[in-house]
Amino acid sequence: MIQNKPISKGVDWFVVFLYAVLVCIGILCIFMVEYKPDVNWVTSFLSGKTSYSKQLMFAGICVILATFILLSDSKLYTAFANLFYVFGIGLMLATFVIGRSVNGSKSWIPLGGGFNLQPAELCKIFTALALAKYISLQDMDFSKTRSQIIAACIALFPAVLSRLQHETGLALVYTCFFIAMYREGLPPKVLVIGFSFAVLVIATLLVEKNWLAGILTVIAGIVGYIMRFQIKRNRMILVVLASIWGVCVGIQRFAVPYIFNNVFECYQSQRIYMAFGKEYNCEDNAAYKKGLGTKAPHQTDDYNVRQSKIAIGSGGVLGKGFLKGTQTRGKYVPEQNTDFIFTSLGEAFGFTGCIVFLGVYVTLLLRIVWMAERQRSTFSRVYAYCVASIMFFHIAVNICMTIGLFPSIGIALPFISYGGSSLLTFTVLIFILLRLDADRQMVLR
Amino acid sequence: MPVYNQSRSRVVQIIFISVFLIIVAQLLHLQVFSSQYKIQAENNAVFRKTIYPSRGLVYDRKRRAILENTVMYDLEVTPNDIKNPDTLTLCNILNIDTAEFKRRIRVAIAKNKSFKASVFEPLLSQELYARLNENLYRFPGFTLNERPVRDYPYGAGGAVFGYVSEVDSGYIKNNKDVKYEMGDYAGKTGVERSYEKVLMGVRGVKRYIRDTHGRLQGAYENGSFDTSAVAGKGLHLSLDIELQQLGEKLMTNKVGSIVAIDPRTGGILCMVSSPTYNPQSIAGPDGRKHFAELQVDPRSPFLNRTVNAKYSPGSTFKTIVGTVALTEGVIDDKMTTTCTGAYWGCGRRLGCLDPGTFAFREAVAHSCNTYFAITFRRVIDDPKFGSASAALANFNRYAYSFGLGKPLGTDIPFEKGGNIPVPATYNKIFGPRWVSCNIISNAIGQGEVQTTLMQLANAMATIANKGWYYTPHLVDSIENATDNENHMLDSFKVKHHTLDIPEKVFDIVQDGMQEVMESGTGAAVAIPGIVVCGKTGTVENALNGVKLPDHSFFGAFAPRGKPVIAIAVMCENAGKGAQAAAPIASLLVEKYLKDSIPEPDRKALLEEMANKNLIPVYMVREMQSQDSARKVRQDSLMHIKMQRSKDSLATRVAYFNKGTNVTALNVKKPVSKPAPKNQKAVTMPDMVLSTDTKKAKPSKITRA
Repeated sequence: MIQNKPISKGVDWFVVFLYAVLVCIGILCIFMVEYKPDVNWVTSFLSGKTSYSKQLMFAGICVILATFILLSDSKLYTAFANLFYVFGIGLMLATFVIGRSVNGSKSWIPLGGGFNLQPAELCKIFTALALAKYISLQDMDFSKTRSQIIAACIALFPAVLSRLQHETGLALVYTCFFIAMYREGLPPKVLVIGFSFAVLVIATLLVEKNWLAGILTVIAGIVGYIMRFQIKRNRMILVVLASIWGVCVGIQRFAVPYIFNNVFECYQSQRIYMAFGKEYNCEDNAAYKKGLGTKAPHQTDDYNVRQSKIAIGSGGVLGKGFLKGTQTRGKYVPEQNTDFIFTSLGEAFGFTGCIVFLGVYVTLLLRIVWMAERQRSTFSRVYAYCVASIMFFHIAVNICMTIGLFPSIGIALPFISYGGSSLLTFTVLIFILLRLDADRQMVLR
Repeated sequence: MPVYNQSRSRVVQIIFISVFLIIVAQLLHLQVFSSQYKIQAENNAVFRKTIYPSRGLVYDRKRRAILENTVMYDLEVTPNDIKNPDTLTLCNILNIDTAEFKRRIRVAIAKNKSFKASVFEPLLSQELYARLNENLYRFPGFTLNERPVRDYPYGAGGAVFGYVSEVDSGYIKNNKDVKYEMGDYAGKTGVERSYEKVLMGVRGVKRYIRDTHGRLQGAYENGSFDTSAVAGKGLHLSLDIELQQLGEKLMTNKVGSIVAIDPRTGGILCMVSSPTYNPQSIAGPDGRKHFAELQVDPRSPFLNRTVNAKYSPGSTFKTIVGTVALTEGVIDDKMTTTCTGAYWGCGRRLGCLDPGTFAFREAVAHSCNTYFAITFRRVIDDPKFGSASAALANFNRYAYSFGLGKPLGTDIPFEKGGNIPVPATYNKIFGPRWVSCNIISNAIGQGEVQTTLMQLANAMATIANKGWYYTPHLVDSIENATDNENHMLDSFKVKHHTLDIPEKVFDIVQDGMQEVMESGTGAAVAIPGIVVCGKTGTVENALNGVKLPDHSFFGAFAPRGKPVIAIAVMCENAGKGAQAAAPIASLLVEKYLKDSIPEPDRKALLEEMANKNLIPVYMVREMQSQDSARKVRQDSLMHIKMQRSKDSLATRVAYFNKGTNVTALNVKKPVSKPAPKNQKAVTMPDMVLSTDTKKAKPSKITRA
């Protein structure tokens, strides 16, 4: 390694630029949400009590942190990846003991001074590093099922812990590592099966169960008819077909109700049903019946989503203008500076603004994918894909949540949502990637 | 380096882009293609606040403001902002107990939620306002809020102005063109009602942004959609407020009414319906309480006796009978009759007050029943009509042309038409072959004939004018009126003529009426230096078959020749016309013509009349029984209260000793006293409290 070279060398400034743009949009959005016309914003800004001044402070911390990361040696991350992972898991386990309960989920570690740390959030970085480290092992053959299962376990172990802390949203984020794994050779079957399962679950919610069984039978019959010549040659195909049909009907009949009644809590089942315009009866829920539900079911639980859709929908093509959103100023959308921050943007700047905003995100994501493909080391590439996947999952789920396409689970919009740990996490994710990318000429195993 | 999976990069990119496309599609759907969200957002967030204009002012004929607006204050409370208030002081100022205080806070929260201000005590009196304003810093969460109310600088004219009150759903339905909303005020009686559309002005609308809790966040679109309120227009009345005040003074403790009209214009100079009420009392503090009290008053003060009640006009009607008879030529002014004390011509006795032999003028002057019985019979039995029915129909045409028998069309709401009996009515009662004797009571204004006092005054004006009148009205002109508003006054500019009656006839009738004031029934109340024409009336009446003292009537105009005031006065059950109505009318006429009442004996008469209590006995009895019923109720309530407070004394002592809630009640705990005495010391405020309840509760019952 050549000493005295400027740290800026090899850094992808375009990504830094997009990052800065997004952080600025985020602070602006929080400002829109917090703005009160009768209060002088300059004084309230300087007093540091408002969310946007806090977020600006976090952004400042992020700049320092980012500089440190860029100054660091990229070998650090490969070397300590496993250690980091173990540390992260340790923190998550520690949460069960010393954790603090916020909104019914015991997933925070109090740090003192009013700050709390959510290990599940941090663990995303560590898991990405660990996964990259595992897949980039010298003697790794990722086409082997065994290594695939180990990789899946590395990705899903924090998810399980997260779920046990009642943080379903964060737990779901860990499934996005399958996208990165898919790129590294996970058989497409897995994705297809996963996708089919999702379709089947949704179909179960939407279609009456006997009808659905009939439809599945008809599909099986049609497939069987098309493949009748192959079946003649190989009877096993018929057996496979029959068993797939059996599994599908089984899932639809028993697995899905079981998941909703016994795995999810009542409010979660309600939200999922609500996203598809159905109603869920809490009387069926095991946790609810036992009185274990940490969150009481609400009759009007779709209030958030309804108000959020009103806010975005009322924006129209051009939006109501900066600080003129009535839904935003009237505080109609709950959690508007965190999970539902997109609504303030959609209301103020309308469809045009949303398209521009989404354009920035898509550019960033595609840029990261493009960066990943130019890496010479597997570690960097896998890590880059992990970063892209995590961000993609966050963006897609968060926005779909606000526009009523996905049940509302508490997932932040990267760089935009108010919250220090979220902003710091994504900053660290991006800048480690930038550091690795800057050193792409080095072969890091 | 595994390159074999390079193609999967494309797949990942496609997944990314397709998800974003789905999001864009949904955004298109929400933001571009559906309009419902815009409407919903608007409904959510924009709060339309109605800005009430101040109601129009009302002036009298001398351009004095007699109905104005003033600002009163409501004490409002925002329950969320209450922090350690000095409850006891506040309760003492408002004269309520702490239980009532807590109840009102609960009501406020139930009505308007805890973060919104609601009225705690409406329409504070001046003194109360001053005391509260001084101490307001002690009661965080309480504010004083302006509220415009009607102000009556002369304290007179309740019947003229009427009152405003909150509209109800029925009123909103019946007045759809104005678009009232709940909480609006509208005139319910009097001028306030008739000219509601002029007085109310134009309401303004302010649009505010409202947040999820209903709190206002500032103007919507910087107020570009706001409209400002336009104050109501002023009304100029023909009323003379001093005359009105004097009329009301003279009618104190009498049940009856006065109408004075300017015969030249039809403008009403004075309109008293007694018992009257001070309009301020139902607009100001405790307005509701006073309103309720007035509503149950057996003398029905809200009944406008000038136009909304009809009476037999009695002998005052003889002027009309005489006019018709002279015009039809069935009598002349030379004809004489002799009255022996009663008229027996129809087989039954028709009493007469003054025996003697009279020609027309003396007959009017002495109100001779015999003379007018004969006259009326001649009119009805006039052979040229062939039948009594036809003759009565002819008589009625005259009566109608004097404005009798149907509503005059004044600008006072709910005007009654009186009753001029038509032949068909008698055909029904007596069969087709009835004769003049059947309806002989009508000759002297008894029987079926009924008029409102307004009609009687108008008839006087018509006689004064010798054959024409303008419809009596209160409003002369509207300030800055639009064409539409001016059309409201069109009907008052139409000159109504009687049937063709020769001037000579009016001269004879006026001679007779002048004679009344010079040598007849009204001679005692002649006005020095003024030629007044008048006619007394003494009306027999009964309630539920029981004969009551006569109603006292008087109609007059002055000065003869150039009449400027026509007046009718009625006092229920006050005796002969000359006893009550005539002096009141003469004093008012003098006041109007001379602007004052100079002679000492007239002044004495004024005081005497003003101090006379002529409230009908049956009404007095009813009032007394109401009072005693109220007293019984109060006593029994007080008894129960005392019983209860005795019972609960022990439990209360225990409660106070526990020390719970003592601070909330702000009872000053004597800390300095030693502990053993504490029990006694704490019971003391409890005693104060219980007497407090005793004092406050019965007054609440009366309000209800």
